[in-house]
Amino acid sequence: MNTVYMDNNATTRVAPEVVEVMLPYYSDLYGNPSSMHTFGGQVGRAVEEARGRIASLLGARPDELIFTSCGTESDSTAILSALQSFPEKRHIVTTRVEHPAVKNLCESLDKLTGHKHRITQLPVNSDGTLDLALYEESLSDETAIVSAMWANNETGVIFPIKEMAEIAKSRGILFHTDAVQAVGKIPINLSQVPIDFLSLSGHKLHAPKGIGVLYVRKGTPFVPFIIGGHQEHGRRGGTENVASIVGLGKACDMAAKQMQDENTRVKALRDKLEDGLLASIPHALLNGHKTLRLPNTTNISFEYVEGEAILLHLDRFGICASSGSACTSGSLEPSHVMRAMGVPFTAAHGSIRLSLSVYNTEAEVDFVLEKLPPVIAQLREMSPFWKSEHKGKIGSSQCKCSCS
Amino acid sequence: MWEYTDKVRDHFMNPRNVGEIENADGIGEVGSLACGDALTLYFKLDDTGKIADAKFKTFGCASAIASSSALTEMIKGIPLEEAEKITNQDIAEYLGGLPKEKMHCSVMGREALEAAIAYYRGIPLPMAEGEVVCECFGVTDLEVKRAIEENKLQTVEEITNFTKAGGGCGKCIPRLEEILREVRHEAKPLILDQRPGRLTTLQKIKRIEEVLEREVRPALRKDGGDIELIDVDGDFVIVSLRGACGTCKKSQTTLKEYVEKKLREQVLDTLIVEEGK
Ligand SMILES: Cc1ncc(COP(=O)(O)O)c(C=O)c1O
Ligand code: FES
Repeated sequence: MNTVYMDNNATTRVAPEVVEVMLPYYSDLYGNPSSMHTFGGQVGRAVEEARGRIASLLGARPDELIFTSCGTESDSTAILSALQSFPEKRHIVTTRVEHPAVKNLCESLDKLTGHKHRITQLPVNSDGTLDLALYEESLSDETAIVSAMWANNETGVIFPIKEMAEIAKSRGILFHTDAVQAVGKIPINLSQVPIDFLSLSGHKLHAPKGIGVLYVRKGTPFVPFIIGGHQEHGRRGGTENVASIVGLGKACDMAAKQMQDENTRVKALRDKLEDGLLASIPHALLNGHKTLRLPNTTNISFEYVEGEAILLHLDRFGICASSGSACTSGSLEPSHVMRAMGVPFTAAHGSIRLSLSVYNTEAEVDFVLEKLPPVIAQLREMSPFWKSEHKGKIGSSQCKCSCS
Repeated sequence: MWEYTDKVRDHFMNPRNVGEIENADGIGEVGSLACGDALTLYFKLDDTGKIADAKFKTFGCASAIASSSALTEMIKGIPLEEAEKITNQDIAEYLGGLPKEKMHCSVMGREALEAAIAYYRGIPLPMAEGEVVCECFGVTDLEVKRAIEENKLQTVEEITNFTKAGGGCGKCIPRLEEILREVRHEAKPLILDQRPGRLTTLQKIKRIEEVLEREVRPALRKDGGDIELIDVDGDFVIVSLRGACGTCKKSQTTLKEYVEKKLREQVLDTLIVEEGK
């Protein structure tokens, strides 16, 4: 059975070209980049070359990048650094739809640091967008850092990061963005956007898992998270993950070249998929703003059916997708993103995310368009709420859930 | 991904007895859309009191559908009195086991059967008679108690796995702990932690409500406004401003500078007041 992989916001295929440039660093070129011999030195040069390629995708300076082990480490490093740089400031502004890498960290700060923190989690509109006026109001002299994701992993909705960073800068507040989903998919130019910290993760842009980058603007105060050797100029201890760094450099090069393709061909595929599903399946609702969105992501709710059941049926056809339903997350409530957007329960439990990449083809889109509608119809046939009189009306709930 | 047995997969992919029965003798409806799963069970008896036919409709995940399908297979052809004895463990066993987080699906099957039998006999559903302890998922104390007894549950987490209670806002967790202690005949710890900041959520809510009623509401009402407590989640107090306050541009200031200040002074100095949507 062929795999139709449409879960690229979860992780991506490592590009064959990336694997190829990595392999020598697992065999012949095993030197330590810090060593004082030519054998290690050549490895050190490869790391620096990769750093340059990544910096150029971001419009950053190479010395502004710190290699980390993943996006999550980058997020933790940035936020904890800001809090240590300004120990008297105990307020953080973030949003209700952040990835757990930011959300759970912020919610555990009191336990972690032994100090009380005030966390403002900005609400989002029903289309997942943010209200800039509310954001501005939330900032205060107490605010140590703002952390807002560039693009949302579940819906693909893009936040106005440039405006937000400018507002923070004008107030002298540090600004961090989790750009794990944005890097490689949409153009980013840090020479034009006054961000202090930016996180990215290799495995979301066809590099391997276990490599991340934290961008720290030159001049921004920085306190390291992992302390050890002098690697990364003392900003992150630990011998470099050389092969992955080299792979990430290649992946960034490729992303820069493919950005156009991503925003035209991949976007066209996404649109065809989305429009097709919305047209052929009644009671299907788009989650997230129609245009302020990553070109590769679509998130659709199918009312009266449950997400895990849909995923398992798709799995039978080799189609990989994901869901914000309660059952798939192992919790009992739908995802915090769906709840923050106020998606009605009838729909939140049946949300499906399809996220594409440059490797997807039109034939695959057609395949999903053929297979998904009957799955929904079959599950609805089985659903006690699916009645023929359900025309456009959203079901009413009897149970008073907290997730409003 | 969940580890499902082949039997669960089979009953999910090829569910038996999907549908409705016209003029059914028993109909049991449990769950709701909001809760994420729901089941309607139908059965018809023959002249001898045996279940001649059973059908179901289910909204939910794979294990909910499989549990419903299994249940209908288990009860077909047996006398009502015997069907009545089926427990959630029996359903889970029939399926070769369920992941522990999914045990509530088997409980839902059993409850639907009970509801259908109560419908047939024209008596009120015994479990629904209890006091609702978990509002998020509409679970009564009787349901919680029975789940603890029949499945020998030891922790609140297990109660949540089996009944869903406690899996939403978490407000009911202190009460679930109490029930757990009651059923397992354990005495309450004698020394209650009295430090501020160690209030249970229930205590917090009570005190917050008192302050709102005593001081905040009278002040807001003077200006034609009102306030409602929506939720308390850790230190976060979610409120909704009503009436004139709801549309007033100054409402953020009112919340932070007035409501939050009052609550911090009188309840807990770490509280953060936010407006719910
Ligand atoms: C928005 C966002 N932030 C952070 C992460 C975490 O990245 P990593 O898996 O590299 O730790 C992810 C990946 O799931 C993500 O989507
Ligand atoms: S009342 Fe039980 S989880 Fe909310």
